[in-house]
Amino acid sequence: MQSELMHLSDVSLAYHTVAGETTAIQNLDLTVYEGEFLAIVGPSGCGKTTVLSLIMGLLEPTAGSVRLAREHLRLGYMLQRDHLLDHRTVEKNVLLGLEVQHRLTEESRARAMALLDTYGLGEFRSFRPQQLSGGMRQKVALIRTLALEPDLLLLDEPFSALDYQTRLNLSDEVYRIIRKEHKSAILVTHDISEAVSMADRVAVFSARPARLKALIGIGFPAGLSPLERRRQPAFHDYFDRIWKELQP
Amino acid sequence: MKKTSVSEAHAAYLRRIRRDARIVLISRIAVLFGFLLLWELGADLRWFDPFILSSPSRVFQTIARLYADGSLWLHVGTTLLETVLGFLLGTLLGALFAVLLWWLPKLNRVLDPYLVVLNALPKIALGPVLIVWIGAGTASIVVMGVLVSLVVTTVTVLNGFLAATDEKQLLMRTLGATKLQIFLKVVLPAGVPDLISALKISVGMSWVGVIVGEYLVSKAGLGYLIVYGGQVFKLDLVMASVTVLCVLAALMYYAVAFLEKKVCS
Repeated sequence: MQSELMHLSDVSLAYHTVAGETTAIQNLDLTVYEGEFLAIVGPSGCGKTTVLSLIMGLLEPTAGSVRLAREHLRLGYMLQRDHLLDHRTVEKNVLLGLEVQHRLTEESRARAMALLDTYGLGEFRSFRPQQLSGGMRQKVALIRTLALEPDLLLLDEPFSALDYQTRLNLSDEVYRIIRKEHKSAILVTHDISEAVSMADRVAVFSARPARLKALIGIGFPAGLSPLERRRQPAFHDYFDRIWKELQP
Repeated sequence: MKKTSVSEAHAAYLRRIRRDARIVLISRIAVLFGFLLLWELGADLRWFDPFILSSPSRVFQTIARLYADGSLWLHVGTTLLETVLGFLLGTLLGALFAVLLWWLPKLNRVLDPYLVVLNALPKIALGPVLIVWIGAGTASIVVMGVLVSLVVTTVTVLNGFLAATDEKQLLMRTLGATKLQIFLKVVLPAGVPDLISALKISVGMSWVGVIVGEYLVSKAGLGYLIVYGGQVFKLDLVMASVTVLCVLAALMYYAVAFLEKKVCS
């Protein structure tokens, strides 16, 4: 029923440093389907972020291939830190991606501003990033990514720099936004709870070189928010399964 | 917050802040006048020889005389022109050079040790060389002012550029930005504060370069007056020139500081 959006087939990647050659990823096969929320968990430094860089095209695989469903599949990347530019207002930060890609039109601007309004940041559009809290900044960063109308969102530990409470609230909200905008997403995280609370499927990576150890389907009743999922009895079973998979 | 809603404690706090500010201002003025008074008294009461140390009234008279015979403006104008030229050229070339080195990281790596040496070298040591190469005149002095401010500007601005690049490069690449876009949208705006602080450093540096230049070769200018006064033992003239120099340097520094406030707000 689902069509493939992105497919990594037999991908390997080796890093070269003066000290030597490190295999970051080995023979990785992974598919993301249209409308799916996939989480990738793994020990830190195992090459999770590298997978996103490969999909984004920032890195070329040493072997294997990255296949996108359409040639002009739009990708949106959200980083661990918000990287908002201090010299721009919230509004101008949100429009940065459109500007860079020469896609800033009256229409795309209006859409970006509507996103700001919808997600409670409309009144802050003329503020500077320094005036916002960490959670709000990260939300602006998400809207900057969404303004590009990506088909696939790549989320690289977007909540890890936030305090616990903000993190729970924001992941709830980001989840809602992604569902509402009908986006597909890949979330990279080292937080098992976060993965279980947000994803449709969780890919468990081994320590470096990263290999796919397990793919676990998460089956919660539809329409539950991440916070509600955390209260489900099944939540802990999923947690334990992933926890066991992560053990070396 | 409205005025009426200010609590008693907050009002007291505000009063304390204002009083502290007043005390600092009054003390500053007191230091200046105390210093001038002691200097004047010391000279009048012969605690020291005013021929060696001069005195405020003699300094004032000297400046008045220079003003009356019209030579004040000649000397001030000469030095000011040389300094402003040296400062502007030095910062402009320095900033352009920083852009070039940012754009070409390989070139930056090649030139890095030379930049370090040039930065450490007291540029005024090159004075005699400049005179031989360029000739004993205004051009040498301006070049000196340029040299002194150029290297420090390049180093400061380049470091600012590189710091901004490290931070935001990844973001811009995920957005698909070209190098020119990264420079114009991120690196240059983020480098403005560094550019301004480079201006503040090099404004002082240009004065050093120009005055030393005038010591070496000149027929006019405050540096010339100072050297001339020293040679013919007219310490009044030396002190008067230094006083004028103080005022000019301070004015120019505050002009840059004012610019900084304008740009940053």
